[in-house]
Amino acid sequence: MPAMNLVQAIQSALDFKLSDDPRVLVFGEDAGHEGGVFRVTQGLQATYGERRVFDTPLSESVIMGAGLGMAVAGLRPVLEIQFCGFIYPAMNQLVTHVARMRNRSRGVFTAPMTIRLPYGGGIQALELHSESMEAMLAHIPGLKVVIPSTPYDAKGLLISAIECEDPVLFMEPKKVYRAFRQEVPAEPYRIPLGKASRVVEGQRLTLVAYGAMMRVARQAVELAAKEGLSVELIDLRSIYPLDTETVLDSVRKTGRLAILHEGPMSFGVAAELIARVNEEALLWLEAAPRRICGFDTIMPLPMGEHHYMPTPERVLYELLQLHNFPE
Amino acid sequence: MLTSFDPLKGKRLQMLDEAGGLVKGKFQPCLEGEALVAAYRHMVRARVADEKSLLFQRQKRIHTLPVNRGQEAAAVGSALALGKDDWLVQSYRELGGLLVRGASIRNHLLYFKGSEWGSVHADAPRILPLSVPIGSQITHAAGIGHAIRYQGGQEVVLAHFGDGATSQGDFHEGLNWAAVFKCPVVFFCNNNQYAISLARGKQTASATLAQKAIAYGMPGLQIDGNDLLAVHAATSAAVEHARAEGPVLIEAFTYRMGPHTTADDPSIYRSKEEEDAWMPKDPLIRVQLLLEKQGLWDSTREEACRTEAAADTDQAMREVDELHETPVDEIFAWQYADRPAELRRQQADYEAFLKWKEAR
Repeated sequence: MPAMNLVQAIQSALDFKLSDDPRVLVFGEDAGHEGGVFRVTQGLQATYGERRVFDTPLSESVIMGAGLGMAVAGLRPVLEIQFCGFIYPAMNQLVTHVARMRNRSRGVFTAPMTIRLPYGGGIQALELHSESMEAMLAHIPGLKVVIPSTPYDAKGLLISAIECEDPVLFMEPKKVYRAFRQEVPAEPYRIPLGKASRVVEGQRLTLVAYGAMMRVARQAVELAAKEGLSVELIDLRSIYPLDTETVLDSVRKTGRLAILHEGPMSFGVAAELIARVNEEALLWLEAAPRRICGFDTIMPLPMGEHHYMPTPERVLYELLQLHNFPE
Repeated sequence: MLTSFDPLKGKRLQMLDEAGGLVKGKFQPCLEGEALVAAYRHMVRARVADEKSLLFQRQKRIHTLPVNRGQEAAAVGSALALGKDDWLVQSYRELGGLLVRGASIRNHLLYFKGSEWGSVHADAPRILPLSVPIGSQITHAAGIGHAIRYQGGQEVVLAHFGDGATSQGDFHEGLNWAAVFKCPVVFFCNNNQYAISLARGKQTASATLAQKAIAYGMPGLQIDGNDLLAVHAATSAAVEHARAEGPVLIEAFTYRMGPHTTADDPSIYRSKEEEDAWMPKDPLIRVQLLLEKQGLWDSTREEACRTEAAADTDQAMREVDELHETPVDEIFAWQYADRPAELRRQQADYEAFLKWKEAR
């Protein structure tokens, strides 16, 4: 089985869908000849030609809007918005058309399109190149939001996303792109959207994370083990739909919940998950849940970024607070 | 034709003048005889349905809706240039075009009573639902055109929008994309002189809207939008060009004779004198005069056509009157192909409330 990093695993999924389905087109700013600024689509144009894999004008709104037109006309566009911080010009298209098309046309027109969206911080990038706005996107009815944390999950989730009949935001953690390799089958496989994964079994605390924060979470779980704390770790993988059941099962066992994400805290994924746990499992809770998140501030430039991005130590600190509750 | 009307030189295509006279020129109209009669009938149907819609809104049988009066030639003439499998990407003031393409007056009324089913045209599957955010549909037309090119199809896309839309970023992005990828799209700008209250002169400093085409590297021409023959001839030429080579921008110079919507009051921002000056340019009058001159129409036929359109509109309204609320399940059924647990939960909670309310 080949060892792949996240970039290679995503490319492997795109390669499979391009070969498997002539309705699939891959495009975006610099996504054709150059292979994208992260080289995720590198080589695909050489293999599949300029009609299938192409560069677009520097125009996020029409990348999204034309993608919708293609989907309505029977294609399966896989489009790239170069950075999460650049999606805003396309938000009107996403909210007022892409997400609504199926419902407002009563299923006559649909939007089976995948929007690839590199996201996240901790990479000392330029301004507006480090955002993590999944909560804003998950708030829009009609969209699905998927965030892989490993090469293996990325390939299986991306194939499912491209085959999904509804629009999927596929958010790629930039910090993980080349961070590590993992054995990934060369052949295609699918991971269902909307299913979380329990990656570490534990008894005392439940820690929920996703995307780039999963690496931070794993390190924190190891640090906690040294403190004698047994932490169960869940990777959400999908933000919408959100696999509440997997989290509830864990919370009913541990009674203590912490959620980790780099996006701003207020009105975020952690807030939503805590609301659901309160609705379904309030009486199992033994401590007030804790949110370990980015702040309600702009993403600081590189000299301040380390304060914003949750670290394993900060997660450990929060886990100890959770464990010691109500002290 | 497309290159004979340089928008920078202030040229405007007209084939039929206000008195119903054919304008002598290089180009011949391609609508005549019974086809012209049929086109006129569509215009009358659209006019009558529009007038009655306003009335129905005042009677509270439907809600706020846009008013079409004055733009029937633009909508009907352009739609008549399309072939069976072509796409219509509408704005929201092209009722005549929808009727030409096979949509029903019933659906028009149903949408503005408040049902999504009003956008579902069983006999006209290639009409996109109307677009509320101004100009955003222009990019969809580019994408549909892109898909047609990719699939090797022969269809074209007719995209409607207004003068206000040309100030939107999506106008720029959509036309630019279509030109770069040579998409088969006819961009049809209904310059009705107003974006709600803002007059065309304050919308852009460009002398014409058609000249914006030059910057994108596509042909652009301005036509008399109240002239059915010019609209049809220009759109037909544009359709041909789009199919063979790539996109075209048409600016149809017209006038919104009514309010923006039933909630608008034009007296706030324009004079009675201005409105009166446009009255003789009414797009229906000149076609009627031409047909009468040609012995194809008379007052009896006019009366019969209007009566029939009124009866059809009344009948459609009665049918829509019978439809009341959207069933709860439908609110949830169409949001996703599969129904996520979140929606199942929200629906179950709401239905439990309804049950409780009923038993109370």
